[in-house]
Amino acid sequence: MDEREYNMAEEVKVFSTWASPFALRVIWALKLKGVEFDTVHEDLINKSPLLLQYNPIHKKVPVLVHDGKVICESLVILEYIDETWKQNPLLPEDPHQKANARFWAKFGDDKVMQSIGGGVLLKEGKEQEEGFAASMENLKYLEDEIRGKKFFGGETIGLADIALGWLAHYLDIVEEIVGLKLIDQEKFPSLAAWKQEFANAPIIRENWPDRDKLATKYVAMREANLGKGTPK
Amino acid sequence: MAADEQVTLLDTWASSIGMRVRIALAEKGVKYEFIEQDLWNKSGLLLQMNPVHKKIPVLVHNGKPVCESLVIAQYIDEVWKDKAPLLPSDPYQRAQSRFWADFVDKKIYEHVRTIMTTKVEDQEAAGKKDFIDTLKLMEGELGDKPYFGGETLGYVDVALLPYCCWFYTYENILNFSLEADCPKLNAYCKRCLQKESVSKSLEDPKKIYDFALKLRKKLGVE
Repeated sequence: MDEREYNMAEEVKVFSTWASPFALRVIWALKLKGVEFDTVHEDLINKSPLLLQYNPIHKKVPVLVHDGKVICESLVILEYIDETWKQNPLLPEDPHQKANARFWAKFGDDKVMQSIGGGVLLKEGKEQEEGFAASMENLKYLEDEIRGKKFFGGETIGLADIALGWLAHYLDIVEEIVGLKLIDQEKFPSLAAWKQEFANAPIIRENWPDRDKLATKYVAMREANLGKGTPK
Repeated sequence: MAADEQVTLLDTWASSIGMRVRIALAEKGVKYEFIEQDLWNKSGLLLQMNPVHKKIPVLVHNGKPVCESLVIAQYIDEVWKDKAPLLPSDPYQRAQSRFWADFVDKKIYEHVRTIMTTKVEDQEAAGKKDFIDTLKLMEGELGDKPYFGGETLGYVDVALLPYCCWFYTYENILNFSLEADCPKLNAYCKRCLQKESVSKSLEDPKKIYDFALKLRKKLGVE
């Protein structure tokens, strides 16, 4: 089998949903590396038996299936992708810089997403004020980290950029819905610049989910959480 | 290790998360300085080395900090790569190890946080059964292997083993027996404690229980 035939023989599938920022990470990573793949579109209200078989523990997207090997959890998948397809590396070679990238990716998921998603989008009143304050504190740390750099990964998009990338699109929608500005150009000039750079980067800019559809979805989520949604 | 290499660990003696780093360093035979932190009165050094989370553990290597226990464990594995690899070399197997370590870090951590912040009489309602089910799930994943890492102690073991000295505490608070409900996990703990890298990194279960009770009193649940 020559190299071209071998590459064609590789089967790469991504289980995803149109709205998932986590699945989007996987799609970005594969496309940035020029890896061909098929997308299996899931409906989380009606999960396919295959998804439940592949991810019995979390029952979530994304799932990557590479030549029959199943990998779950977006950050785990990103590292697998980086180790399997070595072109356009997402992580640097130096262990301390690698650790730094992993730290910020984790910070994004553990703290930033929690404070903005859980604390701002899904809350109101005093609880939302607290969520907003926590979010601003978290964004300040990101501002300090990105200052002087084009991307969190340096000159090129890295693991932390991909993990935090949802801020460059999904956050706009949250801000519109709640009427609050989080990544304020004046307060966080470096982070605002990164947002622009990342949102418009090749590959990234071609794969954002539809704004209006996301807005509808997020408004519904917010209302459901605040007890204002139409009972089903 | 080179003579000018400085390795310091900011930690607290009872921390199951800090113990992960101790195990990793011990496996690699790395000499380090342990600096006990007072989390009720955080030191300037801790705040300087972990300004974002202000938490332990923090590994300081030649003046540069690394934070988050599993990030630290991977860092240790990559820097001291010539001895006792914690992650396998195959990307798919590495992904499996990362998945399970992440599972321990999220699921089990969440369970024990609930256990520690809940009154004894509320434990059943708060998820005692779910905790035991999670432990059984881990048993299933271990199977007949000596370690989660296979033949040698690995990344998932590093994440999980510290709980071995905390199980005595959870048994008492939850009123269950690890030996009765999770015999495989119980045997795994006993077996791993025979390894010096593990026994030297963990603390005496009775001392831990004493500490836990004092902490629970402080939190108003005991």
